[in-house]
Amino acid sequence: MTESTPIAALAVPRPWRASLGWQKLPIMELIVLSIAAFLPLVLQDYLTVYATRVLILCLFALSFDLVWGYAGIMSFGQAVFFGSAGYGVALIARDLGITSIFFVLPAGVLIGFAFALLLGGFLLLGRHPSSVIFVSLGTLTGSYAVDRLARGWYYLGGQNGIPSISSMTLGSYEFAEGPVFYYLALAFLIAVYLLCRFLTRSQFGLALAGLRENEQRISFFGYKVQHLKAIIFSLSGAIAGLAGSLYAFHEGFVWPNMLGVVMSTQVVLYVLFGGAGTLIGAVIGTVVIESVSFWLSNNYQDIWPIILGVLLLLVILFRPAGLISLILSERERVGNFGRPPKKSSHGPP
Amino acid sequence: MVLLEARGLVKIFGKLTALNAADLTVAENEFHGLIGPNGSGKSTLMKCVAGAEIPTHGSVFFAGRDITPATPAERARAGMSLKFQITSVLPALTLYDNVLLALQAQTSLSSLVFSRTRGVLHDRVMAMLEQFRLADHADDPAAALSHGQQQWLEIAMALAPEPKLLLLDEPTGGMSLEERRVTGELLQPIKKQCSLVIVEHDLDFIRDICDRLTVLDQGSVLDCGSVREIQSSAKVQEVYLRRA
Repeated sequence: MTESTPIAALAVPRPWRASLGWQKLPIMELIVLSIAAFLPLVLQDYLTVYATRVLILCLFALSFDLVWGYAGIMSFGQAVFFGSAGYGVALIARDLGITSIFFVLPAGVLIGFAFALLLGGFLLLGRHPSSVIFVSLGTLTGSYAVDRLARGWYYLGGQNGIPSISSMTLGSYEFAEGPVFYYLALAFLIAVYLLCRFLTRSQFGLALAGLRENEQRISFFGYKVQHLKAIIFSLSGAIAGLAGSLYAFHEGFVWPNMLGVVMSTQVVLYVLFGGAGTLIGAVIGTVVIESVSFWLSNNYQDIWPIILGVLLLLVILFRPAGLISLILSERERVGNFGRPPKKSSHGPP
Repeated sequence: MVLLEARGLVKIFGKLTALNAADLTVAENEFHGLIGPNGSGKSTLMKCVAGAEIPTHGSVFFAGRDITPATPAERARAGMSLKFQITSVLPALTLYDNVLLALQAQTSLSSLVFSRTRGVLHDRVMAMLEQFRLADHADDPAAALSHGQQQWLEIAMALAPEPKLLLLDEPTGGMSLEERRVTGELLQPIKKQCSLVIVEHDLDFIRDICDRLTVLDQGSVLDCGSVREIQSSAKVQEVYLRRA
């Protein structure tokens, strides 16, 4: 071995050097937050109620984005955790008469967490890592089974679900539909968003990125892949549980669809449409799909599902990274875990 | 002192016997080459040692411990590190994050969540990138590297956790002559750090860096010895080297 060769002599051109110098993501987050903060001031009451529902669904979408977008675990049964928490708090309110926000929301979080731990333990904690197909079909089957169980169980209200759930309370104050519930949902959405942002930008987030990109490779580094998966899966179940319990109290009733395949598929579409692997993408996907559905169903009552379906198909076909890829470069979507980028090395995207 | 000992490894895929009672012994700080024609069982032996394949029969001892049933993660935690035959860097991540990912593998969950070791590991990440002449590209995504540079990055990732044994499966595969020469230069300093088992088709390359060689043919060990012994082995010349 003789003298060393300058690295430049062996380097290939680097067309992929995308800019991180001017970050668009925080600006987008601020814009979305500002719009959300002022929305009830300009919307009519019935639209504020609708917007509250959308915020809660954004929370649900974040839970799915965490497992699929960040950890690469295809959970086709995310509604199990959403719906079971919804049913759980509805039963607590109906049978125990407890509606305090300090009890029902933690209970919903725990129910979602416990169901995810149970299902995740079965599907993910084998001696060797489970395949994507096994986990997708396992979660899908779980969702279908729980849906059927709810439909056939009289105690859970069968096909009709549990109607007329009492309002959630804080002391003597009742959270009815409207601006207060809207801001409550927004506060939870912001808190969960920040928690997810903190996690996904930490060294733990880097481990999740490794899991998503090549789980076999990282197992050879010494990562306990199954444990990582079970942890993030359970955490996402807890977030879905929070969303489900808020949803139950906001809507005032729960029904089997909340647990089933339709709801599970819907959350997949929210995240794929907006852009998996970016938290803001999950939020934008949910808002856009729900807003377009609302508008289309008012204006094209007979054919709106077809129009919406074609729209979703077009985005997924031509923008597989979701709407967010129209604005954010791949580098910014993936992010940087270790150290801030060198400004000098950035050229145009 | 013996670091790795594989005894009587047999690996059967359906009707194919890929390994037939193969033995492999590697001492501490030894560079050991596995050579043989295509299909001789080199990569299968490597995979059985690394835990990517479980042998049908036989045992693998590492640092005196029987690790035959251990998972790849358990072997990595015991001090074994593997570079795959097919480059498997994480293309969307920067080079810096690729190396950090390898380095932080044995960090506790709470430290990962609160990013407690990010500062501590920074110097080691940069040192590995410097060692493999990739520091200038630290902020670039791994996908932007040439094939040869990706191979170097993967070796850097495998070496970053300071393993006792490094397993390299065809590290110069697909490289130009110049890149192979540089790879040889980059591997020389490793000799002070750990033992190495290397599968390679380039005999000149393997002669230059290895202390001992094991020659495989049709899943069995044909011969084993120092480079000089193997070069003068009548059996090897008859069955392998002349064919090559």
